This record gives sequence, structure tokens and C-alpha cells, in this order.
Amino acid sequence: MSTTTIFVPRETSAISLGADEVADKIDAWIRKSGSKISLVRNGSWGMCWLEPMVEVQTAKGRIAYGPVSPDDIESLIESDFVSGGKHALRLGPTKDIDWLARQQRWTFSRCGLTDPLSIDDYRSNGGFAGIEKAIAGGADAVLETVKASGLRGRGGAGFPTGIKWQTVASAKGDQKYIACNADEGDSGTFSDRMLMEGDPLTLIEGMAIAGFAVGASKGYVYLRSEYPLARKVFSQALSLAREHGLLGKDILGSGFDFDIDLHIGGGSYVCGEETAMLESLEGKAGVIRFKPPLPAIEGLFGKPTVVNNVITLASVPEIVASGGGAYAEYGPGRSKGTLAFQLAGNIKRGGLVELAFGATLRQLIDDFGGGTASGRPVRAVQVGGPLGAYFPESLLDTPLDYEKFSALGGMVGHGGIVVFDDTVDMGAQARFAMEFCAIESCGKCTPCRIGSVRGVEVIDRILGNENREANLALLSELCDTMVDGSLCAMGGLTPYPVRSALKYFPEDFESTAGDRR
Amino acid sequence: MPARYDRNIATEIINRFGAKPEMLVQILHAFVERYSFIAEDAIRQIADELNLSRAEVHGVVSFYHDFRTKPAGKRVIKICQAEACQAMGSRKLTAHAEKKTGVALGGTDEDGELTLEAVYCLGNCACSPAVMDGDRVYGRVDAKGFDRILARGRRQ
Repeated sequence: MSTTTIFVPRETSAISLGADEVADKIDAWIRKSGSKISLVRNGSWGMCWLEPMVEVQTAKGRIAYGPVSPDDIESLIESDFVSGGKHALRLGPTKDIDWLARQQRWTFSRCGLTDPLSIDDYRSNGGFAGIEKAIAGGADAVLETVKASGLRGRGGAGFPTGIKWQTVASAKGDQKYIACNADEGDSGTFSDRMLMEGDPLTLIEGMAIAGFAVGASKGYVYLRSEYPLARKVFSQALSLAREHGLLGKDILGSGFDFDIDLHIGGGSYVCGEETAMLESLEGKAGVIRFKPPLPAIEGLFGKPTVVNNVITLASVPEIVASGGGAYAEYGPGRSKGTLAFQLAGNIKRGGLVELAFGATLRQLIDDFGGGTASGRPVRAVQVGGPLGAYFPESLLDTPLDYEKFSALGGMVGHGGIVVFDDTVDMGAQARFAMEFCAIESCGKCTPCRIGSVRGVEVIDRILGNENREANLALLSELCDTMVDGSLCAMGGLTPYPVRSALKYFPEDFESTAGDRR
Repeated sequence: MPARYDRNIATEIINRFGAKPEMLVQILHAFVERYSFIAEDAIRQIADELNLSRAEVHGVVSFYHDFRTKPAGKRVIKICQAEACQAMGSRKLTAHAEKKTGVALGGTDEDGELTLEAVYCLGNCACSPAVMDGDRVYGRVDAKGFDRILARGRRQ
């Protein structure tokens, strides 16, 4: 090997902690020294707690240093970090970092490893294997593989992907679409963003395979506007994919045409709901649609449409390449495969952990997360975004599994785990759940639009000790109305965080709670 | 940099998206990028050129948080108000930011220099609380960190 390679992530979390400044300093040093070193801006391995993490390709493999601040560059150079030299920030070989070594990386196997915008890197690390096998085996074989894998929608609803694809494939239509939902609005989630910044070609390949399988020639990615870097990287990846025949006419000589348009959302949470997203893709206000008809039958512009989350689609290339059975070997019961869990909030070692379903919350929070960032006891954990239940410490041994969570009135959702320490005021969190729903409701149905506003008012009265018992009963009834009467998950699930807060943390709603606040 | 409204440029933007109604959300983004907000003139012209009613365009503009109908400050700083950031003190940080800048969340200062906005998740939830200054995201922002971000912009 003639040149040395240094890696500094070009990824939002790493950059938010100074990765660009670190890269600039290293780049300036390379130029000044005239050495034959190339600087690659890779994706993140997901170890946010070690970011900015700098890696060096040495004869002994990739050696990591982190977290590196711009002020550390000088001493790193003095320590000959380019040859993997000793330094207080040296973490050893990247692949041996325990936090990473204990994961089961399927969808994120390339994220961090490669230059996200290098086709050569992509190909030499397993890229294209899925689409090539798909084309060679035909559309029906792809559908069977995806069904056999047991893959379910990773956006949160967990609908079996193979069945959805089969419905679209069997639907009649001169035009069909693949609509990728990258409107990752749940607090505590960032896996879509990390994948689009760190391995965007995988998503493109997954969408092309989906298009091939169901007979769709056009795809859309609906990306939230809060992700400007993902937008930039993904746009570059689209151009790259077109240049190298992964998109466009006659993909890889198959006779199959497929291309993708990138649309940017308008900062509306409810557009993460699939029908609201379709409305937004059509240029309209993101007001949800009645179902049925399902988008698989009448979706975008009234045509049969596969609506899938980023992670669902990005999991497909490897499933097709390795076979559905290989994926289904992971995970218990009907929760097959892996999920990219995201450890967030008050957590010491936060980041993205891809594991087979079945791991417990405690394993993630303690073994990976190392407890809270504040060092105080964990008091509440919200799983599955702002519409997910709050779990108390006593439920942390619950395995992360769609059915197990649903049995407890919670949801795995998109895999976000937000940890709170014992300073949290659960009354305020319950109030916020209703407030957020009031801010983000699309307004189409009354239980959500009005219910959320009334919900804030009733919680305020309870917390203000006004007619407590009657207002608690009223809140309970209001929650029933929202759950039973709302058209979509926005109003239908908002009561979950509220009810779980009341159930597991009643002391925060008691008449003496005000004194503690 | 916000610019003066210009009908020809507006037409150019609309045509860049093929003057198609289904591109309305994307067109509005392009207007905000150029003008920082959607003016009444813009709504009128977009409606004309996309063959939509003004009410339809207004309905879309008012639905999305991204489409302001008043000019933003030269600098827009967003502070995440969602759960992961709440768990790391975003409420306290927001109070500090409001006090420090004299701008209430959702408001713009009198000189039109700074807009302070709420945002619900920047996807930087493992490094909370998160703040966005223009397109740049910052993580683990405490009161001092916020002051540094503020000062950084002033020097430029």
C-alpha cells in the first residue's frame, strides 16, 4: 500500500462536535508536510460518544482515536498517529472496540467503513450484490426472498414488507411508485440520517430492487428539511448512481429502468405518516388520507405505491444477496432480523447500535449506554418516539420485540430509546406529548385536533390541583376518544406517553408534586 | 441572503420545477431559500403560474412550519425542543438563549438580525441538546456553548 488513509466522519453528529474543524486541521497538516496521505470523509460508525473519531489505515488494520478535538491534532501528530502510535485518545483497532464488536451489523455493515461517495468502495464491500442477484433471479424470486426474511416496516408500524410488495406487484397499474419515507421526525431517532449520510448507495440499491420486484420505474425519497447534510450527501449519491448505472435506463443491462427524485419536507411531523407524506409529495398540505384504499393499491398520484422507511429499504440489498433465511435467523418470534437501535437523551455512551431483536432495554442502556450522562439513576425511558410509552426502571428487562412491547402498551417504533434521569418531571412530559400533538396535528380529525388542545388544558388543571379526581377521569376518557377515534397514529398514539406517565409515575401528578417541581 | 422580490426570478424558480403543481412544496422551499419567507406577492404569482387558486397555495404555505410569511432575521438559530434534548436540559438552554438574545422563541429581534426558532428534532439525539445555526448543527450545547455559537456568528 503506497498511501496512508485517514478517516474523519462527514456526519451530522460528528460535525456537531467539531469533525469539520478536525478534518481541516489534518488536511492543512497533510498539505504542509507534503506527505502522501489521503483524507477520507467516511460515514459514522454510530459511536456518537467517541465522535469526532479519527481513524488511520495502518498495516495492522484501522486504528481509532477519539473523541478528537481540533486541539488534539498537534499531539496526535507528535505521537505519530499515522502509524497507529500511542496516544491518550488511542482506542485500538476500530473493529475491536467492544461497543462495535458486540453488534450484529446487517443494514449498517458499510456505514463508517467506507467512503459513502465511492462506487469502488461500495462495490468492493458487497455493494451491487443484491441488485445483481435480483436481476439474475427475477422479480418473483425477490418477492419470495423478502417474504422469507420476515422483514417488517422499520418506520414504526412493523407491517410485513414482503406482503406490501406483493400487493403492489399484483395491483394493476400503468405506473407504480416506490416512495421512501425519510421524514425521520421521532425524537431520539437518527438511523435514517446516519445511513443516508454514511452509506446512501445502499438505500438507492434497495429502492431499485423494490422497483424491480414490483414493476415500478420511479422512486421518491421524502427527506425532512432538518437534515441538510443528508440532503447534500444523498443528492451526490444519486448523481453517482446514475453515472454508474445503478439508476437510469436499462439498469446493469437488465432492461429495467428506474430513477429517484429527492423531495424535501416542510418541517411537519405528521408527514411521516405515510398518506400525509404522499399528499406532501404531490405538493399539497400534509393532511392524512382515509384508509382504505391502501397506498399499495392507490398511493402516490392514485397509483400503486410501496411506501417504506429508509431502514426497511436499506436492509433489502443484503437480504437479497444473502437470502431471506440468513436474515430470519436473527430475532425471536415474529420480530425477525436486526434493528438499528438509537440510544439518545441522557445517556453516557449514546449512538446507533444494530442488534437482533430480543435484546433487553437494560442491555442497551447499561451495557452499551453505560447509564445516564448525568450519572444519576435512570427514571424513565421513552421508546419509539414522541408517541411511544414511557417505561419505568422496573420494566427495563423487557425484550425489544414488536409483540412484547405492544403487550405492555408500548411500541418499538423506529428504534429510538430516549433516557431520562431522576430529575425528569413526568407531569411536564405528559403535557408535552399533548402539546406536541396540538402543534403537529394535521387537523383532519377532531379527536386529534381538538383532543390534544383539551389534553394540555386538562393536564394543566391536574397539575394545578384543580378538581383533581374529576379531571383525571376526564383525561382518561379523552385518551380513550383519541385512541379510538383518531384517523392515524398521531392522535391515536399520543395518549400512550400520557397514560404510561400516569400509570408508572403517578407521584408526579399528585397534589404534592408541585412542591417538588 | 434575502433578496428583493423579483417577478422574473420568481418565474425562473417556478420553471426550474417545471411549473408543476406537485412541485409546490419544493418551489416554496426555493422561495424561502432566496427570500427567507413567502410574500403575499409570491403566493399570488405561484398560484397564477401553477394554475392553482390562491387559497390552495395559502393552505400549503400555512400548513408547513418551514414556510414563514414574514421575513426571518439574517441569522436563524433553532433550538431543539423534543424529548431527547429535554432529557439533557433543552428547556433551561432555551430560557438562557431567550434571556441572552432578548428574543423569544419564534420571534425576531428589532434589527432583523436574529430569529430564534423551536425545532422538533435535528436527529442529533445522542449529543443533546442540539442547536442549529443556519445549516450547521451543534451538539451538547450548554449555556456557554450557546454563547460561543452566538459570538462566532458575530465575528463573521
